[in-house]
Amino acid sequence: MPGKLKAKIVAGRHLPVMDRASDLTDAFVEVKFGNTTFKTDVYPKSLNPQWNSEWFKFEVDDEDLQDEPLQITVLDHDTYSANDAIGKVYIDIDPLLCSEAATVISGWLPIYDTIHGIRGEINVLVKVDLFNDLNRFRQSSCGVKFFCTTSIPRCYRAVMVHGFVEELVVNEDPEYQWIDRIRTPRASNEARQRLIFLMSGELQRKIGLKVLEMGGNAVVGYLQCFDLEGESGLVVRAIGTACTLEKISTFPATATHPNNSSPSKDMKEPGFGEEAPGVPLSSGPPTPLRAQTFSSFSPSKSYSRQSSSSDTELSLTPKTVGHLCHFCMIPPSPFCVFQEYPFFTLTAFPPGFLLHVGGVVSARSVKLLDRIHNPDEPETRDAWWEEIRQEIKSHAKALGCHAVVGYSESTSICEEVCILSASGTAAVLSSRFMQDGPLDTEHRFEEVVSPGCGFCHIPYDELNIPFPAQLTYCYCCRRYKVPDVLFTTIDLPTEANVTGKGCLIQARLCRTKKKAQGEGNATAISSLLPFLEYELHTQLMNKLKLRGMNALFGLRIQISVGETMLLGLASATGVYLTALPSPGGIQIAGKTPSDITYEQHISTMQKKINDTIDKNKELYEINPPEVVEEIIGSPIPEPRQRSRLFRSHSESSDEVSELDLSHGKKDAFVLEIDDTDAVEDIHALLTDSPTPAGFYSCNTEIMPGIQNWTSAIQMFTSVRVFRLNANLTNQGLNKIFSDLCENLLKSLYFKLRSMVPCCLCHLNFTVAIPEDELIQVAVTAVAMSFDKEQPLENGKQSGEKTLIKGKHRPLKAMSGIFPPHLSFLSSLSPSLSLALLLSTASSLEKASPLPEGRSRSLRSNRSYSGSSVAVVKMTPLSFIPGAKIIKYLGIINMFFIRETSSLREVAVSLFSDSFRSLFAMVRAHVAALGGNAVVSYSMKECVFMENPNKNQAQCLINVSGDAVIFVRESELESTSVQTQSATTHTSNATL
Amino acid sequence: MSMELDVFVGNTTVLDQDVYQLWLDGHTVSDAVRIRMEAGALQECEANAEVLHSDTTDQFRTFQMCERLLQSPSKVANQLLFQIPPHRQTMLIERYYEFDSVFAREVLGKKLSKGTKKDLDDISSKTGIALKSCRRQFDNFKRVFKVVEELKGPLVENIQRHFLLSDVLARDYAAIVFFANSRFEAGKRKLQYLSFQDFAFCAGQLISYWTVGAVDNMMEDLDVDLEKDFLHDLKDLKVLVNDKDMLDQHKSLVCAQLRGKIKVFSEMEANFKNLSRALVNIASKLTHTKDFRDLFIDLVEKLIEPCRSDKWTIGDLRLFLKHYSSSVHMLEAFRHQVIWDRYMSVIKSCILKMYHD
Repeated sequence: MPGKLKAKIVAGRHLPVMDRASDLTDAFVEVKFGNTTFKTDVYPKSLNPQWNSEWFKFEVDDEDLQDEPLQITVLDHDTYSANDAIGKVYIDIDPLLCSEAATVISGWLPIYDTIHGIRGEINVLVKVDLFNDLNRFRQSSCGVKFFCTTSIPRCYRAVMVHGFVEELVVNEDPEYQWIDRIRTPRASNEARQRLIFLMSGELQRKIGLKVLEMGGNAVVGYLQCFDLEGESGLVVRAIGTACTLEKISTFPATATHPNNSSPSKDMKEPGFGEEAPGVPLSSGPPTPLRAQTFSSFSPSKSYSRQSSSSDTELSLTPKTVGHLCHFCMIPPSPFCVFQEYPFFTLTAFPPGFLLHVGGVVSARSVKLLDRIHNPDEPETRDAWWEEIRQEIKSHAKALGCHAVVGYSESTSICEEVCILSASGTAAVLSSRFMQDGPLDTEHRFEEVVSPGCGFCHIPYDELNIPFPAQLTYCYCCRRYKVPDVLFTTIDLPTEANVTGKGCLIQARLCRTKKKAQGEGNATAISSLLPFLEYELHTQLMNKLKLRGMNALFGLRIQISVGETMLLGLASATGVYLTALPSPGGIQIAGKTPSDITYEQHISTMQKKINDTIDKNKELYEINPPEVVEEIIGSPIPEPRQRSRLFRSHSESSDEVSELDLSHGKKDAFVLEIDDTDAVEDIHALLTDSPTPAGFYSCNTEIMPGIQNWTSAIQMFTSVRVFRLNANLTNQGLNKIFSDLCENLLKSLYFKLRSMVPCCLCHLNFTVAIPEDELIQVAVTAVAMSFDKEQPLENGKQSGEKTLIKGKHRPLKAMSGIFPPHLSFLSSLSPSLSLALLLSTASSLEKASPLPEGRSRSLRSNRSYSGSSVAVVKMTPLSFIPGAKIIKYLGIINMFFIRETSSLREVAVSLFSDSFRSLFAMVRAHVAALGGNAVVSYSMKECVFMENPNKNQAQCLINVSGDAVIFVRESELESTSVQTQSATTHTSNATL
Repeated sequence: MSMELDVFVGNTTVLDQDVYQLWLDGHTVSDAVRIRMEAGALQECEANAEVLHSDTTDQFRTFQMCERLLQSPSKVANQLLFQIPPHRQTMLIERYYEFDSVFAREVLGKKLSKGTKKDLDDISSKTGIALKSCRRQFDNFKRVFKVVEELKGPLVENIQRHFLLSDVLARDYAAIVFFANSRFEAGKRKLQYLSFQDFAFCAGQLISYWTVGAVDNMMEDLDVDLEKDFLHDLKDLKVLVNDKDMLDQHKSLVCAQLRGKIKVFSEMEANFKNLSRALVNIASKLTHTKDFRDLFIDLVEKLIEPCRSDKWTIGDLRLFLKHYSSSVHMLEAFRHQVIWDRYMSVIKSCILKMYHD
């Protein structure tokens, strides 16, 4: 069934002067969709033309609507010669195809030219009339919502999480077609931009079809990537998590969901405003404190958190029933794991879903690229990824896990060699309740009542550990075994018990490689890879211990391949999980302790390291409560330290290859200083300068221990390219690479010093080797200010809380149901805790949430009229501090080429101008959709190429994110003052 | 080994006011880095020289990219490339158009054409202001002049509307435009002791009371031009010195008022006729372009210098001028009171402003 696309060209402004003689421009506009083109009249002699055109109407298939962009070209009319192009605007109309997203695109959009950059702006209006398609065999998937956000989008609830979806499309790269030799660079860039637009449209449509097949209506954690394989073609691939989402309505009772079993639905209603009849038999009359107790575990909180995170049936149900019968009343879990690949691209989950985390699983494979002969049959690439996914799956299984969360895929290409990588975190999700049937009650209780440590408990069988590990009883509940360190690719679960603050930890490594061709090259690379990973891992481990921490979140290992070297960069956020044992120190040992000076050298080094550890503990406020070491029940077979990092390469067959990554004795990590590697390691350890006062950094969404975010946020991108000298040793390379990253961080801190106290969140580093002897490091992150006073207070509180918890322990052991609610509170994200308090209040007051909801929607209509250029916020996070996201307008996915003649100075301004233009374009498109922010923004691709022969430099960037409308919480609050005052009251009473 | 590329771009443009000032002052990156180091920038955030250099380079690049916009400030608010909060936009524009009064003093009264631009080198070496900064300031003058020249209505408001400047700064620009338009002589050696602010004040007075716009803001013409009729009418004031009776009467009136009130009474009494003649002659000759341009030099030579050599204090001068102009009202034969007041109020405040060392 067709749809009708309508476009109207209103006006232009700030156009460039195209006619030197008159200093003016005779502009007109071509509007093209598919093969249909319309033109406006020429508006003579003006730099601010007012076309005010009629509505151009395109009647097209909805399949085309999904694939094609609307292409607007602004030209200068010339009577005697060919019309000159001023620039283009591509408009992705996908957001208009979904009823819940945007309804109209209207506003000023930058006119962009690949050679000149932004050349003025054009005001357009675009609408779509879509007819319902009931055809079973349709090829379109209009209406499927896409989100880059890697958690259930705020203001939606997951009715069902179906699981992994993937797709890839391939094509010839126009840059490498024969025609490129005769056409202008502009034509070639535009061909490429348009092709990629088409391909990503097609990809999204195909993924949408898969989602519909699975019965879903949305893709969350949508990750789309380009592989520029050069001669062999262009691959656009995407992965995501298919879900059935339901907008959290302001009228909870009216919602009907397909998967809602009637009992829970019926019982749900009374639960919101008042206390349910079934609430805890064990406890006395309701007190504020107890209300808090419940909210900490999900009932009332999950309701109020409607806009901050997801809600599911599972978390709704217990609200009414009380946690005593929690497990009996669980409806079918929304997480479906009967899939071929039980992978989830999500990194954050509704509380209670992530039962156990096994550890990081990763797989890499080195492939030789060959020309893609038939674009319609991308089987080779499919098969490659298939292999890797299988491997990941088997790793997860070996860890006793049935699912992989925080899953992502990436590639690195150099000439005809391609490294495919996939990684994720093996995990057990709560649907296991349903699968395994009744287990022993005890086990269940533990999982339900201790969300703060439950996910740390090992999922694998203690006696049948897939690798030697040092296990202890959980330091929170003292009932289940936990590993000594935990590495994950996900965000820190909001319910996790954390001591102190976290920090960014990076391992950086450079390895030289001989120049080689074809298969020889591939072999050389694959033989280097294990060592690279091993060393990265050792570095991570050392640095983690040096900071006195015991867990890594958001781990991302990037390996980049160049002609003469391999780069490895591992970034993660280190934290101290209260549940895990305190890490031992680092001990340096000389192999041949004969010389006195040598011994002295070692002891000074040792002292330095110990001092650093102490300093770090102070800096990150890591002061776990002293615990008397208990004797562990079953002796662990081999008390050696092992990581939970699994790796394997395609060369190493299907077997899970494990590397012994440990060096040491029971609690100290021993570094033997005899070999140069160790010296290097120690050097690397000690050269990392600490973050300056007032700064924190992490690569995850939230930073434990910081809650009072102000509304001041600053998203930024920084790129550095460094030229190396030839003939560097590994060590020299390492130092340069490490300094490059360190200096980049230092520069960022310095640049953002006016925002102190602040935290750089979601620090995302990408490395590349654009040419021989060049290293490129790109960072995208957001700096967020916070109020200093309260976090400190909270720090104190968390200290107190741990004490309280200590006292409570016997009680807990007796009843077995008390959640560690107090400490749980401290680890909530700011918006969560606020909403949590609100909810407590409303449940106490028995206030109906309706008035608030209604006024909110009214406000949202009012607050976006914007006269001049409206401010559009951008953030790589899924939330905006101090604000509520009230609507998702669709995905923003922009591909961007910029080219210029290659003079060094020009190259620099080319790059910075490119980023500025890009940000400007993203902002303009979001504003045109009616939004005021982009969340989950990320830069997928950032390629910089110089071609001295053609005398040109080219810059290629791909970014994506979710366009949203947010409303300041303060605006919302003013509408419900009563509730608010009640909140303060409650919080005083409880905290 | 070298950094090939170093780029930082924030969603909201990151601007450091101190670095902006260094850029405006025309420093090179390495100069700016040195100055920042001396100012103690390295103590912040554990920075090192490399970090500082990178930050300065980046900031300078940003300012350079912004410069095009700053030259037509109304574009700053509705461009898309730089997301800058409104108060920062105001700061950027205001600072860009701020100038060194020493520089402005040098340019005052000169033709804002290309020829003068060659003199910028001289001004730069004379004032110690970097050539780059001189060029920016000069270009700003020229730009404002060019835009305002063709507009109708009140000068200050026009400048404010088109360049979004503060009231104070817009008034200074009005003075510069006024001087450039009227081509007042301000460069003579005898005028060197006068500062830009002295001239700006005088220009303000002239604009407020003597121009076309002062009487009617809806005039067709640029209101930096003085009102022709008024200048013509000033000729009628000659009667004050030409008519001997009137001159004597005027003198006795003034003397009666000032006796015992000023220290330099005898000098005043002796000089009264010269002073009065000077003031009236200046008025009567303002229709001639040449004499008009020499307004300030005439004031200095014919009034300020004689008084100064007789050691008048500023208080003496103030009293004298007050009574000199007010006692004219008591001359029954004199019928140009309105013109006289309009003339004297401006001249009085100009002289008083200019009467210093």
